[in-house]
Amino acid sequence: MNGRRRFSVDLKYIPALSAIILFFAAYAIGGILYGDRGFLTTRTFATLFTDNAYLGVSAVGMTLVIISGGIDLSVGSVAALTTMMLAYFTEVLHWNSALMLCVVLLTGALLGFLMGLLIDVFDVPPFISTLIGMFLARGLCFIISIQSITINDPLLRSLGKWRIKLPTAARAAAYINLSVFTFIAILIAGIVIMQFTRFGRGIYAFGGGRASAKLMGLPTRRIQVGIYAFNGFCSAVAGILFSFYTFSGYGRHLYGMEMDVISSVVIGGTLLTGGVGYPIGSLFGIMIYSVILKFISFNGSLSSWWTKIAVGVLLLFFIVMQRVTVVLANRKKRIQKQEAR
Amino acid sequence: MNGLIRKLTSSKLFSALMALLVILIFNVFLNRGFLSITVVDGHLFGQLIDILNRSVPVMILATGMTLVIATGGTDLSCGALLALAGALSISLIRGSSTIVNEYSAIPFPLVITITLAVTTLCGLWNGFLVARLGIQPIVATLIFMTAGRGIAQLITGARNLTTNYAPYSVIGQGWLMMLPVPIFIAAAVLLVVWYFTRRTAFGLFVEAVGVNASAARYSGINSSMILMIVYSISGLCAGVAGLIYASGIMCADANNAGLNYELDAILATVLGGTSMMGGRFYLGGSVIGALIIMALTKSIYAFDVAPESALVVKAFVVVVVVLIQSPFFKNWRDTVKNRRAAVGGGEVR
Repeated sequence: MNGRRRFSVDLKYIPALSAIILFFAAYAIGGILYGDRGFLTTRTFATLFTDNAYLGVSAVGMTLVIISGGIDLSVGSVAALTTMMLAYFTEVLHWNSALMLCVVLLTGALLGFLMGLLIDVFDVPPFISTLIGMFLARGLCFIISIQSITINDPLLRSLGKWRIKLPTAARAAAYINLSVFTFIAILIAGIVIMQFTRFGRGIYAFGGGRASAKLMGLPTRRIQVGIYAFNGFCSAVAGILFSFYTFSGYGRHLYGMEMDVISSVVIGGTLLTGGVGYPIGSLFGIMIYSVILKFISFNGSLSSWWTKIAVGVLLLFFIVMQRVTVVLANRKKRIQKQEAR
Repeated sequence: MNGLIRKLTSSKLFSALMALLVILIFNVFLNRGFLSITVVDGHLFGQLIDILNRSVPVMILATGMTLVIATGGTDLSCGALLALAGALSISLIRGSSTIVNEYSAIPFPLVITITLAVTTLCGLWNGFLVARLGIQPIVATLIFMTAGRGIAQLITGARNLTTNYAPYSVIGQGWLMMLPVPIFIAAAVLLVVWYFTRRTAFGLFVEAVGVNASAARYSGINSSMILMIVYSISGLCAGVAGLIYASGIMCADANNAGLNYELDAILATVLGGTSMMGGRFYLGGSVIGALIIMALTKSIYAFDVAPESALVVKAFVVVVVVLIQSPFFKNWRDTVKNRRAAVGGGEVR
């Protein structure tokens, strides 16, 4: 242990930590630039959560998938299918909406489960099997209906409209809604799963080295299938939240959401090689994404495509930084090994 | 004869070819006039020609993708680079003109050269990230997948730029020897890549890098150079496909041009028998894969359903083909074969 610096931080925390630092930096810069227009108000801060809670829910599930060394391209389509099923069954077929909420959650988990089976039993690469899931879910939306269906169900409406006023000045009233609470609940669930359950620790082991996890006697099949089922469930939750947000079901909803989610997770410090990452990092990945959107809406003259360029540049920054930390970690390990000799 | 059949069925291309045949036969029965080809104004018209013509952009992307996948990577950026190529070429043709023009602002060969050079450079950048910085291919190319469309919109000013410049339309809409020009472009790209990979050692190097990059390096192959070349080729292919796509509609649509084409290209490659783990690659298989995707889409259009519902059928076909190729079934087939051989008293293995 000789030569250890007092303020050393374990290198594996650096990507997630820098995401947190970057979020606060971006928020501060926004405060300096647009503070007079209300960037720093509680209201603006609350909308960072309320507008993107569905992305956050999906990001928690995606974090688990990516830590396991996989990827899931189906999230946007599964969420769209959720909105479609919810709208069609409650509005057109007049099914009970509480029942439908359970049904769509199960459908999401089932789709994830099937993709997990395809990956684990048949050795189809995650990229391809979730691509199949993406096609299937998106296609099913249009088989159900090609139109956009408005949701008027009283229960769904009241759940979507329910909100709590935060203690702020009346002029800039801030609210948080059910989406935010759901997001926080799922986030906490994600953290608990990853830190304190066998399943979660198994995911880290699996992502760190598949073969060694198997040799250790970990139930790799249960872990891998479980991850995708959980992510399917998260996608369904995200879809429900999105339909609370828009009160409609449509097959064209959430096109390309998977890439927003994946980039947020990567920006949040989860390594796509697997084995490293924290759900809390993904929270800040999503927050950074939300702040970029806020920048653009506060600026007013910037087009929305600047979001894409900004996300691209941030991705580059984070990926290179992650790479550097991995290289440094390896070097440190090597030095330690030499010292041990 | 038996040997020939076995050789045929064990070929990597066999399952893809069979899938294509099944789809085509299915079409012949359901879709009247599917096989008919007519001559109008000295041009061949027909559904088969149409499938061939429309699959060209994905086919060209898949050609580059095959090499990338053979090195064990993936290129997610090629759809966005396709859009970028279209945006760049049309904005170069228009120059500063604010109305729809019928002449080019700068010489046409220069337009093509600049466009292809830019997408090749983007590919090279991907290759640099993968080869020199050791970044995972999916992530490295994800950068241009998100930023590429943003840059394309920056170039077009987020409008759908159009042009009426006649020579440009030849690339995507012209005719040559009774056939659409894009088919010849695709054939040329394929031929060049085929020659480059199968008649020089380059293909072998690509496969070696895909099987084991560090082993390849120890055996004297410049792995990182190979990777950079491969990603550049993929960028170049995206550029060519982008020119064809934009020329086909004479419009640069930064948002929707080539949307999800990278997924189709990956799918075409995998359907064609190239493993995503890297190693052996099959250019011919990727071409068949691209044809399968287009034939499938086309045959579903023949039914009177929303085009997007085609995705469900696509999902099922992909599941079947991927399962047939999966190690699980291969093991199962091998055991059956071995057992049969053992029961028959013949040689085992």
